[in-house]
Amino acid sequence: MNPGFTWNLIDDVRWMWSLPSMVDAYRAGVVVAVLAGVVGWFMVLRRQTFAGHSIAVTGFPGAAAAVYLGLSATLGYFGFCLGSALVIALLSRGGGVGAGERAHASALIAVVQALALALGALFLELYGGFLGNTSAFLFGDFLGITDTDVLVLALVAVAVLAVMAAFGRRLLFASVDPAVAAARGVSVRRMNVVFLLVLGASVAEVSKFTGSLLVFALLVMPAAAAQQLTARPVRGLVITVSIGLLVTWFGLAWAYFGNQATGFTITTLAFACYLAAYARRLVAGRLAARVAEAV
Amino acid sequence: MKHDAKHDAASAPATPADGGSPEPVLVLRDAAVAVGGRRLWSGVHLTVRAGEFVAVLGPNGVGKSTMIKVLLGALPAAAGSVSVLGQRPGGSGDRIGYLPQRRNFDASLRVRGVDVVRLGLDGDRWGVPLPFAGRFSARRRAEDARVREVIALVGASAYADRPIGECSGGEQQRLLIAQALVRRPELLLLDEPLDSLDLPNQAGVAALIHRICRQEGVAVVMVAHDVNPILSYLDRVVYIVAGGAASGPAAEVITTETLTRLYGTPVEVLRAADGRLVVVGGPEAPALHSDRHDAHGHRHGALR
Repeated sequence: MNPGFTWNLIDDVRWMWSLPSMVDAYRAGVVVAVLAGVVGWFMVLRRQTFAGHSIAVTGFPGAAAAVYLGLSATLGYFGFCLGSALVIALLSRGGGVGAGERAHASALIAVVQALALALGALFLELYGGFLGNTSAFLFGDFLGITDTDVLVLALVAVAVLAVMAAFGRRLLFASVDPAVAAARGVSVRRMNVVFLLVLGASVAEVSKFTGSLLVFALLVMPAAAAQQLTARPVRGLVITVSIGLLVTWFGLAWAYFGNQATGFTITTLAFACYLAAYARRLVAGRLAARVAEAV
Repeated sequence: MKHDAKHDAASAPATPADGGSPEPVLVLRDAAVAVGGRRLWSGVHLTVRAGEFVAVLGPNGVGKSTMIKVLLGALPAAAGSVSVLGQRPGGSGDRIGYLPQRRNFDASLRVRGVDVVRLGLDGDRWGVPLPFAGRFSARRRAEDARVREVIALVGASAYADRPIGECSGGEQQRLLIAQALVRRPELLLLDEPLDSLDLPNQAGVAALIHRICRQEGVAVVMVAHDVNPILSYLDRVVYIVAGGAASGPAAEVITTETLTRLYGTPVEVLRAADGRLVVVGGPEAPALHSDRHDAHGHRHGALR
């Protein structure tokens, strides 16, 4: 079915998009990249990547359990990711971004993650050790995405982005400067709960696409690259989303023509973007230092 | 009222005597506070007017920062009366600028100083800032101008566009003062703003706070454990020890007699050749908490 890559790019794209499953994959990719960019930028800023990772890992037993019970994997991702996010949010202290608060949260998150992996093993065992989807759960399967999946992803993304639009400025304040934010009447604890739930929903979406283990390809790498490039919040968000979209589009094409897993292709491209951004900042810093020396 | 105080600035070095505010910014009468059932301090009398600079002094652990919490309304007074800007504490949030105890921004935090200042203006609003709104909204342009103005006021224009994590401690502190000032507060509550700054920066930031206090007519209440960098600027001090408090001009409060009476044990206040005050013989118990900071040998022996 795959005619292979030619240098006639327009024909390539036309061919790729003649397959309904690829069109769905691209639609889902756009939704996931935008959502992961916005939420990931805040996650990197708040240094809650460990929380994000652990919530993603809990999506794996969620999906396994759902399939074992004959339900949709998407349901499992959302149920478990939101559930673990809620547990972490309710049991962590304060706004979650102070040094002591983060130390407390990290142990808590590790507990949740370990339990999740143990549950994953249990469900695999219950299934008879032959859960063919394991690889898809862990590393993503873009061809398994259906019209219904795209609809669900889009609806959740709209809801999450609406929440982010309502809370954006307060969340930034609570993340950057919790003490003053609290004095100004922003409940940093409530912001932490809201953000972790938003993160749970987003991680579930991204998991559906990249698999539980590679969510950071879209959740961390574009945001981390953008924060290397700019310290402006709005510009940073725009760059994050743009990188996410580009690596998703090219990653899907590469996965399709190269017969690779999307998790691998998207992660590799996102990593390349991060390296490029890091190198650019390094070079810019060196140049600035040399100019300063010369003056 | 603010503007009267501004005009008086040159002629009234100590207290804005005339035309100033008839209504004090801050009044504490026989105020006391308890945390977890334990009475931290009591008997605090204090009146602060617009454009006055007042320091809250005392040994560490005595509850100086708690005083700020009471003024913010985050903690109730256990006795006496407290009135802030004519209301009960917590009732006039917008008119108070607050600088919490020293917080260092992580070196890798990639948010500009100007963004941090701006959050002081609109960070508690709902929604998100829209890009290019400056082209369409007069309010947005006025806000941008105010942020730039207050950054210039604290002398931070040169580094406000750098990521705040890359700024030095003194630069960060100036930006945070700008953040506290950006809404034109009538009262500025500063919790150890000189803490963990080196000596030249302590002097610089102290002079800055004094200038703002006089120029802008803002009342300043500053918690400090070393009075020396601000001694020459102060209108009044409140000296808190476990169980008691005294307030008045620094020259009357920080004396051998007053502190001996307050501590209930012989204490001597010495004046060094450069005018610095040194308190000798005070109960040392928790006072060396300040060793949580590095490289601050200069502070030993100074008034804690």
